[in-house]
Amino acid sequence: MSENFIEIKDLRFSYINDLEDPPVKTEVLKGVTLNIKKGEFVAVLGHNGSGKSTLAKCINAINLPESGGVYVAGMDTIDEMNLLPIRQRVGMVFQNPDNQIVATIVEEDVAFALENMGVAPDEIRRRVDEALKAVGMYEYRMHAPHKLSGGQKQRVAIAGIIAMRPDCILLDEPTAMLDPKGRQEVMKTIKMLNEQGVTIVLITHYMEEAAQAERVVVIDGGEVVMDDVPRKIFSQVEKMKSLGLDVPQVTELAWELQKAGYDISTEIIDEDECVAKLAELLQK
Amino acid sequence: MAIIKTEGLTYVYGEGTPFRKVAVDHVDLEIEKGDFAGIIGHTGSGKSTLIQHFNGLLKPTSGSVYIDGEKLWDDKAKLRPVRFKVGLVFQYPEYQLFEETVYKDIAFGPKNMGLDEKEIDRRIKETARLVGIPHDILKKSPFELSGGQKRRVAIAGVMAMEPEVLILDEPASGLDPKGREHILGMIKEYHKEKGNTVLLVSHSMEDIARNVNKILVMNDSKLFCYEETAKVFHRSKELADMGLAVPQVTRVFDRLKAMGIELDEDVYTVKFGRDLLLDKLSKRKAEQN
Repeated sequence: MSENFIEIKDLRFSYINDLEDPPVKTEVLKGVTLNIKKGEFVAVLGHNGSGKSTLAKCINAINLPESGGVYVAGMDTIDEMNLLPIRQRVGMVFQNPDNQIVATIVEEDVAFALENMGVAPDEIRRRVDEALKAVGMYEYRMHAPHKLSGGQKQRVAIAGIIAMRPDCILLDEPTAMLDPKGRQEVMKTIKMLNEQGVTIVLITHYMEEAAQAERVVVIDGGEVVMDDVPRKIFSQVEKMKSLGLDVPQVTELAWELQKAGYDISTEIIDEDECVAKLAELLQK
Repeated sequence: MAIIKTEGLTYVYGEGTPFRKVAVDHVDLEIEKGDFAGIIGHTGSGKSTLIQHFNGLLKPTSGSVYIDGEKLWDDKAKLRPVRFKVGLVFQYPEYQLFEETVYKDIAFGPKNMGLDEKEIDRRIKETARLVGIPHDILKKSPFELSGGQKRRVAIAGVMAMEPEVLILDEPASGLDPKGREHILGMIKEYHKEKGNTVLLVSHSMEDIARNVNKILVMNDSKLFCYEETAKVFHRSKELADMGLAVPQVTRVFDRLKAMGIELDEDVYTVKFGRDLLLDKLSKRKAEQN
């Protein structure tokens, strides 16, 4: 459990706009060093434009480092020979479910990547069924994807990734376009996959989702500025706000009471803890 | 007087096909001039279908819609002025930017209204200020801007038409917390300055709770209620049963109440929760001394 699955060493990356003359270079990642262990559940936070999506794309070799290196299960992303094995081990789920679904029947969509990988038909059948059951979409296997809700579509997209049996799934704001129910469905699926040993990297703007991870990494201006367990991250309310981020409402409430002089820790990140502490204060 | 009124408003998709679905079911509603209201409801509850009736994009299957006392669809020629009166900002409006410059893009709506150059110029400058787009950006191509800026330009384009009713569908979705705060703050400011009616569709109860005075709840194609924010959150149990997520802070206070702790008010923002707790705690202290 303790080996590093993803190793990022002093990674630098820039986008180059060569439509301009001379080309304009925008430096997005300015020396990121980060290790992610097998089986970890890491949430990545950062405001829009902080470089978090660019970082995710570096992990599955969509973006290649300008300098420094990214290694997935020991494979260097810069080596073209590693491209396919890396993409098979690290699956990516994007924000908009409509952009990720290619087939007209749910189960065909889930089978798409497997067919491309040349997996034998009966093995495809088995894996597709398994993946759909895992995300709770098995009853919908013969449905047309466009008739599904956003949360259901996103779960189908995740099933397509699971069917490839990746070691790691990168999710780039998978719940941004979903309603609260869809968000819950997707979060439940992510947690279940993590419990089964899949390494999860979740990019999100929802602090309550990040609070459910084991570890939170905060990116700002193309650098890792915070990296700790959620409790230690969110308890720094002022710092989070100064980074353009937020904290769960319960943490903010605790912080407000602490400022007013009450004995309450800002290391409260979930509802249960908050209720217990407030009840104690009010009944003392 | 009600700026928007519906009577028995019903809309059916795919009538006469196996996919027939009643999307809006006998909605009777009166939205007063100057209301700043949130519209909530789970996906498929009929929110989007409902708002598309407010500026005549959809024709009711049955029932009627009145805008500023005037019945829509009696006379088709009257629909055009209604579209100027009720401005609709769709989800991800930045995908609709198309002009060469930000200035021209914001000017598109007002120009269509037949306003003169001087008035158009005034409106562009005013809305650019309202949405926080600096002067030098007006000359730029909208495609050079950041996502958050694009979103603000797109909203400015509708605001510049100075509609009596401004409807925004998920204006903050996909933005980071600061970006959300910025967009919502600017909409609040617009409402304060203009006093016009603003309707905000959102999945984020936290955003709704912090900003609006009234909330319209749609559930299974029907109007569940249209009431003051506090009254709606008082029914948090019913909202949760509908699959709507009430703010985390509301859930905390509901649980405290369930434990027998006396709290007379419904809490739906952190600020309000803090004030209520501080008040209660200081009273306890005073009693104990």
